[in-house]
Amino acid sequence: MQAPVVAIIGAGQAGFQAAASLRDAGFTGRVVLVGDEPVLPYQRPPLSKSYLAGQSGVDDLWLRPAEFYARRQIDLVYGEPVTAIDRDRRLLCLASGIEFAWDHLVLATGARYRALPVPGAELDGVLALRTLADADALRQRLNEASEVVVVGAGFIGLEFAAVAIACGARVHIVEITHHPMGRVVSAPVSRFFTEAHTDWGAEIALGTGVAQILGAGGRVIGVETSNGRRISADLVLICVGVIPNAELARDAGLQVDNGIVVDECLLTSDPAISAIGDCANFPTPFAAGRVRLESVQNAVDQGRCVADRLAGRPGAYQKVPWFWSDQGDLKLQIAGITTGHDTSVLRGDPADRKFSVFCFRGGRLIGVESVNRTADHVVARRLLAGDPGLSPEQAADEGYDLQAHARRLSGR
Amino acid sequence: MPKVTYVHPDGAREVLDVPLGTSVMRAAIVNGVDGIVAECGGEMMCATCHVYVEPDQLNRTPPQSDDEKAMLEFTASERKPNSRLSCQLVATPELDGLVVYLPETQV
Repeated sequence: MQAPVVAIIGAGQAGFQAAASLRDAGFTGRVVLVGDEPVLPYQRPPLSKSYLAGQSGVDDLWLRPAEFYARRQIDLVYGEPVTAIDRDRRLLCLASGIEFAWDHLVLATGARYRALPVPGAELDGVLALRTLADADALRQRLNEASEVVVVGAGFIGLEFAAVAIACGARVHIVEITHHPMGRVVSAPVSRFFTEAHTDWGAEIALGTGVAQILGAGGRVIGVETSNGRRISADLVLICVGVIPNAELARDAGLQVDNGIVVDECLLTSDPAISAIGDCANFPTPFAAGRVRLESVQNAVDQGRCVADRLAGRPGAYQKVPWFWSDQGDLKLQIAGITTGHDTSVLRGDPADRKFSVFCFRGGRLIGVESVNRTADHVVARRLLAGDPGLSPEQAADEGYDLQAHARRLSGR
Repeated sequence: MPKVTYVHPDGAREVLDVPLGTSVMRAAIVNGVDGIVAECGGEMMCATCHVYVEPDQLNRTPPQSDDEKAMLEFTASERKPNSRLSCQLVATPELDGLVVYLPETQV
């Protein structure tokens, strides 16, 4: 009998982790990792942080050196888009015409940036930030830019804005909602970061869309907002969210709904196919329903969960979500999923630039957002792994020892 | 260049030249030393680059930040007085000859 083949589509953080963890877990079949970018698997978080700021180089980005893949017997195929999945014959079709067979397929296709459908979006100087190539282009432009407009005040937009200000550019941030990062963070944290960016010198227009991007001679010269204001710019970053790459799955007849739909073990509607990372829509005990998370933690832990199953140790995916964002001298750390909370309390004082927001739903702690307070974040991750048993009053009381609370829980 | 010795749980030793300014974690990743996972890439968001520093050499290592102390709560192997996150051990001339012991597991 031939050794089983696991093929992984997507060589980002999730795909890489699945491949590496298959070997860690003792899987002895063939492992094929196919990526469409023309480079080794790399880390994305620094692209909007230290790499963009020029504080780290490309060699710091690689998840592992090239030799790793040969040594761990991972067949890494990069620069090769997959064009189709043939479920009946269990084949993958690559753009170069190559087909190869698999016994289990892992979809780690990630997400791509969402385009802004306005006139002028194609102008030279209008950029996005998702890939290493995007970051290289942006880093180059940022050196020459003096007036930057950031469209979208999510994590990427705000991280970029902080770097651009530090590089000496004038920065305008245009956000269509009234709450920066509002899809993911609580109102106090959104407000705090809005004020922080304003203090650093950015101008923020909330509740404002973009009507068109203005150009001259093919190059961007500014942005016209939905209320008719014109802001001059020589660099415009569009960061209005991402779209999960679910087309291959959909075309193969798999269930797709805001990403590739999987069960609690991360299996798609075809038991021979799993999906992990940014592209996977999964049920979680940490939210009211299904979620699709875009984070390193989610990519890594889901990659490991699927690898363990394929190596003979199946189990439901139940890891506590966590996330971080660096903006200027502020480190935001999130444990759990705070979306949908009905009560929130502050621990610490935002005026000290060190505080946490503890978020509750129906009296139960569901997530904690910490700014420059790693100790709270660490406790939150421990508490959320079980029944936190923490009241809003305890969370808000700085005299209440959270470490001792966590120790009591793990001891029982 | 400072030399750093990585000792695996089975006693096997690997010695690396770590460029000044490079962390003990990054050097292990780049040179394929198994046993350092470094999920978060050195952002102090995980504890999967945990090492035990040779106790006699602890005084040569940089002091622990509050963030590192907090994150060491998450080590998969036992936390000991000489536990460090190797992403925070950045090579300086003082670290030449450093010996770090890799834990049984990082996850």
